[in-house]
Amino acid sequence: MQANAALEYDYSLAKKFTFLTILFGFLGMLVGTIIAAQMAFPELNYLLGEYGTFSRLRPIHTNTVVFGFTVSAIFATWFYVGQRVLKVSMAESRFLMVIGNIQFWLYFIGALLATISLLFGISSSKEYAQYEWPFDIVVVIVWVLWGFNIMGLIGIRREKALYISVWYYLACFLGISMLYLFNNMAIPTYFATEGLGNIFHSVSMYSGTNDALVQWWYGHNAVAFGFTVPIVAMIYYFLPKESGQAIYSYKLSLLSFWGLMFVYLWAGSHHLLWSTVPDWMQTMGSAFSIVLILPSWGSAINMLLTMKGEWNQVTENPLIKFMVLASTFYMLSTIEGPIQAIKSVNAIAHFTDWIPGHVHDGVLGWVVFMVMASIFHMAPRMFKREIYSRKLMEVQFWLQTTAVVLYFTSMWIAGITQGMMWRAVDEYGNLMYSFIDTVTVLHPYYTIRALSGVMYLTGFLMFAYNIYKTMTAGRELSEEPQFRTPMA
Amino acid sequence: MDIRDLQGYGSFFMTIFLVVMLYGYIIHLYRSEKKGERDYEKYGRIALDDEVTSTPVEDKPASERENEKENK
Ligand code: HEM
Repeated sequence: MQANAALEYDYSLAKKFTFLTILFGFLGMLVGTIIAAQMAFPELNYLLGEYGTFSRLRPIHTNTVVFGFTVSAIFATWFYVGQRVLKVSMAESRFLMVIGNIQFWLYFIGALLATISLLFGISSSKEYAQYEWPFDIVVVIVWVLWGFNIMGLIGIRREKALYISVWYYLACFLGISMLYLFNNMAIPTYFATEGLGNIFHSVSMYSGTNDALVQWWYGHNAVAFGFTVPIVAMIYYFLPKESGQAIYSYKLSLLSFWGLMFVYLWAGSHHLLWSTVPDWMQTMGSAFSIVLILPSWGSAINMLLTMKGEWNQVTENPLIKFMVLASTFYMLSTIEGPIQAIKSVNAIAHFTDWIPGHVHDGVLGWVVFMVMASIFHMAPRMFKREIYSRKLMEVQFWLQTTAVVLYFTSMWIAGITQGMMWRAVDEYGNLMYSFIDTVTVLHPYYTIRALSGVMYLTGFLMFAYNIYKTMTAGRELSEEPQFRTPMA
Repeated sequence: MDIRDLQGYGSFFMTIFLVVMLYGYIIHLYRSEKKGERDYEKYGRIALDDEVTSTPVEDKPASERENEKENK
């Protein structure tokens, strides 16, 4: 390599996917805030005819934040971290660049069309798997192209050892491939009936209890391989790099990696407690969910211990603050999940607002915080400019932290209230409350959640503005910062 | 024994097997470090020293890279 002294990392794909992350993040959270407001003020359902109802918008929210925002962020950080830890530039392979660009455009157009399809009510009605079969095919092609890129980059790497983040990206790639394919197996009715029915319609290959099992094996592991594994990949790179401290224990990171892989795949049946799936399977789901605390906290503690002796950085560097908060929220949601998976707790928690409460302390506190921190770290390196405003970052941090706390506390109270009211009986064994009684009681909490949505979304806009200003008006840097991200 | 029982036993023994594997892995990691065969902690440096021009923590043999070049 000495021959080519000017070789540099090529961030063009990382940049493109960063833009998409911000775009889809904004859209997804905007819709999230709208549906949160609809829960509090039902009149808001009727503003746009069928296109504005909760039932149309909810899948748009979930799919946009999962397949739009999070997946873009996974791609963006991969095209940044992948090169760096393998010590090879994308620019060294025309082939990989071309594949990467096809992946980008196909993904961008596919994701937009898929979102529009949901708006028109084209849906296979399986949670987080609503996209109909033509879009599934696009998803598969995009994913395979990404696979080419991962394997290709690994193939031409200079660093022989694969850094732990690469393991996690690989697991994300393999895990999602397997889950997505199996859960979305379906027969397009149009072709099976020689031209009857709608071309966008299909029938799942599973039915009844089997369908439920495959669906929640998928649903739960989408959390594992979409919201956990790639985000851990990010923090294992960005936290050490930003703080200048190597991972506290590399061995622990390997161990928790295999622990996660081994345990997560068996926990999905905790979504089906008290349902018609075999009893032993429910018990297994509960048991594995509790064991899951160990590898999850193994990773989280490893991240926090990485800051050992350097805790002053938390006050000095807002980026470190974002990441430390993210790993703290990771710990919170990975203790909360196992608690909800205990059968007796689940009897109260299931179907209540406590579940979205749990989802969002994970996604808002852990996923989005870590993604934003990653982008804040990458921006000065990609655009060769200092972060535009540290003050704005601080305000954003506190605004969004408050929003997360408001979201999950209101949903905890709402969920447990709901669960208790549903099962309350009087001395003769009659139900004490009708459904509408619970709705009336929950109204204030829904309002608080809607408010928290507005706050969180505002924070996200501040983030987007900060990145935009960094790109266009940040002070130019003469050389790439080594560890700490420079900010004005 | 019907299929349900078989599934149940299958899951149980698979779990035991995987637990043994996982503990075996822990022992393997610590033992090979104690014996001085491997140093896992040095890999942590990959994230810190990650310029395209930095010396790899574990170099890919030059011959291997050359082969790949020729194959392109
Ligand atoms: C401004 C921020 C957000 C707000 C206000 C918001 C609001 C909501 C609401 C109201 C629901 C429906 C709950 C129900 O049906 O009872 C929901 C569901 C969901 N949201 Fe969000 N959301 C936000 C951000 C996010 C983000 C960033 C993610 C992921 C990265 C996410 C992932 C999900 C998931 C997975 C569900 C389905 C939960 C379930 O089925 O139990 N949300 N969100």
